[in-house]
Amino acid sequence: MDISLQQVEYRYQANTPFETLAIQDVSIDFPSGQYYAIIGHTGSGKSTVLQHLNAILRPTKGIVQIGDRTVTNEKKQKNLKEIRRRVGIVFQFPEHQLFEETVEKDICFGPMNFGVSEEKAKELARKTIKQVGLPEEILSKSPFDLSGGQMRRVAIAGVLAMEPDVLVLDEPTAGLDPRGRREIMEMFYRLHKERNLSTILVTHSMEDAARYADKIVIMHQGRVYKEGTAEEIFASPEGLIELGLDVPEVVRFQQKVEKTFGKKLSKICLTLDELTDEIKELLRGGDRK
Amino acid sequence: MMGKFIIGRYVPADSLLHRMDPRSKLILIFLFVCIVFVANNPVTYGILLLYTFVMAFLSKVPLRFILGGLKPVLWLIVFTFILHLFLTKDGALLFEWGWFEVYEGGVRQGTFISLRFFLLILMTSLLTLTTTPIEITDGLEVLLGPLKKINFPVHELALMMSISLRFIPTLMQETDKIMKAQTARGVDFSSGPLKTRIQAIIPLLVPLFISSFKRAEELAVAMEARGYRGGEGRTKYRQLKWTGLDTVMMLAFVVVTVTLFILRT
Repeated sequence: MDISLQQVEYRYQANTPFETLAIQDVSIDFPSGQYYAIIGHTGSGKSTVLQHLNAILRPTKGIVQIGDRTVTNEKKQKNLKEIRRRVGIVFQFPEHQLFEETVEKDICFGPMNFGVSEEKAKELARKTIKQVGLPEEILSKSPFDLSGGQMRRVAIAGVLAMEPDVLVLDEPTAGLDPRGRREIMEMFYRLHKERNLSTILVTHSMEDAARYADKIVIMHQGRVYKEGTAEEIFASPEGLIELGLDVPEVVRFQQKVEKTFGKKLSKICLTLDELTDEIKELLRGGDRK
Repeated sequence: MMGKFIIGRYVPADSLLHRMDPRSKLILIFLFVCIVFVANNPVTYGILLLYTFVMAFLSKVPLRFILGGLKPVLWLIVFTFILHLFLTKDGALLFEWGWFEVYEGGVRQGTFISLRFFLLILMTSLLTLTTTPIEITDGLEVLLGPLKKINFPVHELALMMSISLRFIPTLMQETDKIMKAQTARGVDFSSGPLKTRIQAIIPLLVPLFISSFKRAEELAVAMEARGYRGGEGRTKYRQLKWTGLDTVMMLAFVVVTVTLFILRT
């Protein structure tokens, strides 16, 4: 399902002294099956963009096209359930949304809201709990007896069980240890590939964006600052550094190497392996420009 | 969601009212609530109305915003008016319509009482609009200070007030966040039959309770870690200062009060 934002503007608490402009003139296309990353500082408007993707917020100006639904400021929207089912959002700290007595019930909550039978929902619960890397026994436990990391996974399973076509992730690894982070990010990537999902990741981490995303959107002060593939974005890291955004360590290292040796490597490396190969090549004296 | 609701809200600005000492504001409001009942004819109500609007003007909060925010209490005012209109049978009969009889006294009484109501709400809103909750509790703590002599827990009360006021916005944010998360999971908070809407509250309340308890515990630990042990010997970071401005405001208020007493019938 394609989602596209066209010149979207959003003001919080419009028409009061508290009015704040969160985003303006934001136009992004999220085609089906692509992995997008949205990066920016706190307050750059990325979370606001995210909430437009399943019509939780309606733009104060501009158009949001979700599949064949058009969401604008003018008319009140009805029957948004279909959109909500097809676009699953994993909010920041999703474990805060857990409320049921057992993990199973909590995972079933989403699907059953969308009219899935209890039996089918339980089946989905068993399936998704495995997908997020937890044992099936956990289904009968109370979500509040679990560790923080496990709660996070249960909450994610609750969104996956809705079987969305588009998965929107708002800093899904915030507050996890490095191993948990990697596991969760790998899991989302695997799901993205296996289920042919569209994935939209909102993150601070340039590393994650560079590793997984097909395209990266950089937000700055409520506007889209730059959009492109990881190579395009990191080809000129100076601008990013000026904005105070982090550049992946690999890219920074490559810059240093190029400066020290006075030579350009043949391409922008995004992983350590690529960079190692390139530097090996360079040291072997392979003459490149 | 709470976009236009203004009761209990603070609007930051730099105005005369903002700069007043919370103690003088509290005393003023308290006295104002008393003198509203002194007015009993059009002239005195006119003076009160003028005074209130001058204050609203001095607060630099847009008048349209204040009045817009009072909409939720508007029906209460209208209700009061109608009640008095029909129940006061005083003076000349103005018109009759079936059972309903409207007397001159009813119109008068209705107008005065709803005006009184309106003035009270407007004035108290001005207090919260121009004073941060922390200032209000600081002011209250000082003003209620003498009660300590009779073992009234003034400090504890002030602390409780400031903590709960402090966490109202946090709680609102939290509510908003969880509502959004559950909406994304297919809960519909704003439409559907009453029964399902009441059921929809459970997925909202349970997480809210849990996070509130957690937050309360964390707060208690943080306070203890920083050596909190009650009000005994505790110094203040924000010192209250009574300035010339406060004295002038008080004097202006005294003038208004005296005029009211002279002009009332």
